Amino acid sequence: MTQESILKLLEEDARLSDEQIAARLGVAVEDVRAERAALEQDGKIVGYQAIVNDDAEGVAAFIEVRCTPERGGGFNRLAQRIARFREVRSCYLISGSFDLLVMVEAKTLYEVANFVSEKLASLEGVLSTATQFKLKTYKHNGLLFEEEPTHERLSVAP
Amino acid sequence: MNWNRMLSEKIVSMPRSGIREFFDLVTGSKDIISLGVGEPDFVTPWNIREAAIFSLEKGHTTYTSNYGLESLRREIAKYVGKFFRIDYDPLHEILPTVGVSEAIDLALRCLLNPGDEVLYHEPCYVSYAPTVLMAGGVATPVETSIDDLFALNPAKLEAAITPRTKVLMLNFPTNPTGSIAPLETLRAIADICIRHDLFVLTDEIYSELRYDGIEHTSIAALPGMKERCLLLHGFSKAFAMTGFRLGYACGPRELIEQMVKIHSYTMICPTITSQEAAIEALRHGTPEMLEMRDSYHMRRDYIVKRFNDMGMDCHLPGGAFYTFPSVKRFGLSSRDFSLRLIREQKVAGVPGTAFGACGEGYLRCCYATAFNLLEKACDKMECFCEGLLREQA
Repeated sequence: MTQESILKLLEEDARLSDEQIAARLGVAVEDVRAERAALEQDGKIVGYQAIVNDDAEGVAAFIEVRCTPERGGGFNRLAQRIARFREVRSCYLISGSFDLLVMVEAKTLYEVANFVSEKLASLEGVLSTATQFKLKTYKHNGLLFEEEPTHERLSVAP
Repeated sequence: MNWNRMLSEKIVSMPRSGIREFFDLVTGSKDIISLGVGEPDFVTPWNIREAAIFSLEKGHTTYTSNYGLESLRREIAKYVGKFFRIDYDPLHEILPTVGVSEAIDLALRCLLNPGDEVLYHEPCYVSYAPTVLMAGGVATPVETSIDDLFALNPAKLEAAITPRTKVLMLNFPTNPTGSIAPLETLRAIADICIRHDLFVLTDEIYSELRYDGIEHTSIAALPGMKERCLLLHGFSKAFAMTGFRLGYACGPRELIEQMVKIHSYTMICPTITSQEAAIEALRHGTPEMLEMRDSYHMRRDYIVKRFNDMGMDCHLPGGAFYTFPSVKRFGLSSRDFSLRLIREQKVAGVPGTAFGACGEGYLRCCYATAFNLLEKACDKMECFCEGLLREQA
């Protein structure tokens, strides 16, 4: 239960200290520290990152990849090979008309094109790719990128 | 113009709400962290707002029946049946109103003859006594205290009954104390109401916001009570819909019929947009409502512990989103404590006296405020309390 509550708080604000989490949950700081360490150890918490609005810089693309599954390993080995590239920001196995959804970031369109043609499409097992460029982010990881100014409540009300 | 002649004496002599002074004070100051609000800090969940927009898109911009949309009443009947475990006939026993406030006004005007007495427990929501007064009744408060965790003490209630007493107003969980009435207390109150033939207006607007895994029980659900209760509920608090201004009354057909008469001459109906948004809230709003409740729960536990740690004795309120800590140890009145707290630390709470004389010595602090602001407010209040204790030493 504590682990679940800690995750919920951190998913909202990763900067919360162990002390703050302990105060909010009404538990001992040592317990939070131990639970958080366990979460990190188990790979449940993979990392802590800032969510940056970088729409104005660089280029991002969503690439649909069709590939041939391997006997014994399915898509895993190929997916992991693709995911290790520096340019790849996210990589998911997807159901439907293609197999992997690969999100790529680079400085220029040319770099993305190069990555797709030279690194991705040429990998053994990759059958085809379809590249879609991102134009604008509206929401990422549950956060709206363009929040309207908050409507203020009356500061004192019955 | 001779306003002395022109204005109603009854209204002119009615005192302004004690909250008003603080509203003016806080509105004029900058960078105040306010624990003085009486509404959720959540925006209405998107699916409910979207339903309101869709209603407008479809061109639903007309009056509805004075009874409100039948589809809304059917959803209310279903929800109330499940949540309160009381069955009401959606065609004759349910009336959607412009907030619970309108329902209280309608009910009192329909029930009271001049001089009839209405009992209510104090500290309480600021509008009860004025509404009784405007309806021509006599408002008699029954004081509650920390000894009963601000629940109504049945013996005190019975002692306040006179031959003219006709109505009892209840509000559990309570604004401003966050208190709840334990089941045995509710049973004792119900027994008194039956013996003295009292009618009960039970304002249960905070009923979903109950904590510690305890289920809410309405007095209207107790044996023999449905026929002498008007259950008042709405969407403002649990579904974060204060601005939609939508409440409802559930009760005996005979009373509802009379209430609809006044309602049809005054409000006509709540806006259709709000009514259609409310249908969405009842059909699909529960998961998000429960998330909001859990968030209040966490904040309640935090703020109550902080208050007790800094020397403001505070009971653990079982519901709503208010705490009612005591400031008695600091040698200041509620009002002076609040004024100095605003001036010296820029934190606003509402003095308990705004909710009745027996609120002296207490402060209403609402925790429906972002957690990081609550933390900051608590740090500032701690600093303030330490200062006051040093002054005393």
